Amino acid sequence: MRVRISHRTTYTYAEPARSVIQVLRLTPRSNDSQRVSDWRIDVEADCRLAAGEDAFGNVTHTFSLSGPVTSLAITVEGVAETIDAAGVVHGAIERFPPEFYLRETALTAADDAMRAFAAQTGAGHATPLEKLHALMGALHARMVFDADPTNSGTTASESFTLGAGVCQDFAHILIGCARHLGIPARFAGGHLLRDDGVVNQQAGHAWAEAYVEGLGWVGFDAANDICPQERHIRVAIGLDYLGAAPVRGSRNGGGAEKLDVEVRVSHAGSRSQSQSQS
Amino acid sequence: MTAFFNEMMRPGGTVRPAYARIADWLERTPPEVLASRRAQAELMFRRIGITFAVYGDKEASERLIPFDIAPRVLTRSEWTRLEAGLIQRVKALNLFLNDVYGAGAIMRAGIVPSDIIYRNPAYRPEMAGWSVPHDVYAHIAGIDVVRIDENDFYVLEDNARTPSGVSYMLENREVMMRLLPDLFSAHSVAPIETYPNELLASLRSVAPRSASRDPTIALLTPGQYNSAYYEHSFLADKLGIELVEGRDLLVRDDIVYMRTTQGPRRVDVIYRRLDDDFLDPLVFRPDSALGVPGLMSAYRAGNVTLANAVGAGVADDKAVYTYMPEIIKFYLGEAPLLKNVPTWRCREPDALKYVMEHLAELVVKEVNGSGGYGMLVGPHSTRDQIEAFSKKLAHDPANYIAQPTLALSVCPASFSGGVSPRHVDLRPFVLSGADGARVVPGGLTRVALNEGSLVVNSSQGGGTKDTWVIDDPATA
Repeated sequence: MRVRISHRTTYTYAEPARSVIQVLRLTPRSNDSQRVSDWRIDVEADCRLAAGEDAFGNVTHTFSLSGPVTSLAITVEGVAETIDAAGVVHGAIERFPPEFYLRETALTAADDAMRAFAAQTGAGHATPLEKLHALMGALHARMVFDADPTNSGTTASESFTLGAGVCQDFAHILIGCARHLGIPARFAGGHLLRDDGVVNQQAGHAWAEAYVEGLGWVGFDAANDICPQERHIRVAIGLDYLGAAPVRGSRNGGGAEKLDVEVRVSHAGSRSQSQSQS
Repeated sequence: MTAFFNEMMRPGGTVRPAYARIADWLERTPPEVLASRRAQAELMFRRIGITFAVYGDKEASERLIPFDIAPRVLTRSEWTRLEAGLIQRVKALNLFLNDVYGAGAIMRAGIVPSDIIYRNPAYRPEMAGWSVPHDVYAHIAGIDVVRIDENDFYVLEDNARTPSGVSYMLENREVMMRLLPDLFSAHSVAPIETYPNELLASLRSVAPRSASRDPTIALLTPGQYNSAYYEHSFLADKLGIELVEGRDLLVRDDIVYMRTTQGPRRVDVIYRRLDDDFLDPLVFRPDSALGVPGLMSAYRAGNVTLANAVGAGVADDKAVYTYMPEIIKFYLGEAPLLKNVPTWRCREPDALKYVMEHLAELVVKEVNGSGGYGMLVGPHSTRDQIEAFSKKLAHDPANYIAQPTLALSVCPASFSGGVSPRHVDLRPFVLSGADGARVVPGGLTRVALNEGSLVVNSSQGGGTKDTWVIDDPATA
């Protein structure tokens, strides 16, 4: 499947900012189930966009701007050709051994309720893979998808207590539960081509990956109760959202900030078609 | 008290030769003169303004760390042995840190279990896979040692993160030279005033290779509300470098600049006294207002040196500590010169069982704790305290190690009631630069001023003393 992704993030500052610095994780890498082509990233400002790589092997772009900065737009556009690998990730960059991903973080740490939930849900399932599927299903059933009560700093424990959250929260809870069961788990951020034909989205997508002996890293999208398929485009991984965040930035001055995000994820058609159209 | 090694008095009541003059001075000096010396010392410290904020102290604020006027003495030959052991240990620590963020040979060899590294909060994945300038991680290491008999020093813990206390070492010496000039000059005390120069030389030596021959160095402090702020400003002053807060620095295109009245000035080396967590909100805690956005990117690009390196704290972990003898052998092929305190790793079931059954005799510490917080000193704890602690331990055994209560040596201390022995430890400061490691002779002696207490931390009622390394007395 060929998936076209384009998004534009616009920041508008109430007062001119003196300086802005950002690290972007907006560029996916190819692996055995996704081939990335024609990827373009652009910052509409007078700056140098320095490409690099972070600790996890994610592609980063860093830029710094000296003010006055009144607005800032980042646009990304590209195509990924995907196949359905039933969620199994092969051919990706691995900088750490699986056991590293047993590490606890503030956003994913399991509280007593999550531990009890993980133990109870996992019980009766013989293999880690079965436990993970059970956890994904149970979480999907238990949690309400609701963007209102949580934000990017909400912890797994807070979201689990609320019983509500967005894909990021679902992923954090699943990660915390899996690690509690001794299964290495991590956060994956990216995009999802919706199956209901809706192209315009509010935000990117996120899910969890867990390491299963014999299979390798396998994705679990608890918000949709599926393992990632050809409709999932994987952009960055981390121990939690903070390690894979699409944008981490800081600015000096600027007052209140207005943020507009437009994300479009659509079928790109076959290669020959898109060429003939261009 | 007879079970403890007394650094001044032998069991029969004879004085050890190193302390001959000090014993004589303590005996000859009338109590009222000693009292006035104590009062003078306190006044000098108050004038200097050297203070220390105690966490969890409701009286809040800053207070003076008590200073004891009786110096602690080590002979040159004792020091030479200790120094060799300290340098060996810090060399091994630096090789270890290079390895855990590099090839990971020691984990693959099965010598240090990898989960102790990877699950350690002080391990920073952001440091993996690249080399810090000149391969130095722990530029300044504070190695806490205790003495238990005539011959043996034990290392109690390694502090490779941001060891503090060196300002007390330097101020104690200044005060002693003014307070007791005759006693001081009667001994040939090895100088420690060279420490700021040695530190500056070490910091200059690790500047990025791209920096000019006269690198710009700054000391990064969390600010005046930090408990060690006095030390930060003291050291910046002694070193002749700028004292900066995060907001005084900025990063543009992976270069760090300091805001000055003449415009931005490039910074090559940052002696940072700010914890990893707060260094860069783009990489670590996003809510940190104390750090410098983009600093890690500049660091990774090789444009700035941070001292100590980010992630060096993984070496402070008390579970890692238990492997130090093996770590020294692995990297240096040498037997460790300084001993490790025998330690039970509570992560191991047999050890946990033993510890649970002997809590009243042991000292139990959090693997990642410091400053004497969150520890249990069994023999000095009530039944209720032990009961409460055993629950914490059972809940998360891997978070703890246990050690026997060590027979820390005692030195004379001067009180209004007279001279009386108190337990001491020693924190020497080991400097590592591109050209190797060095230690100024001595360090900070901490003394547990409460009778019988073994906890020397200033946050727990400890004081300090000047530490003299003197020429060996002619053997009698």
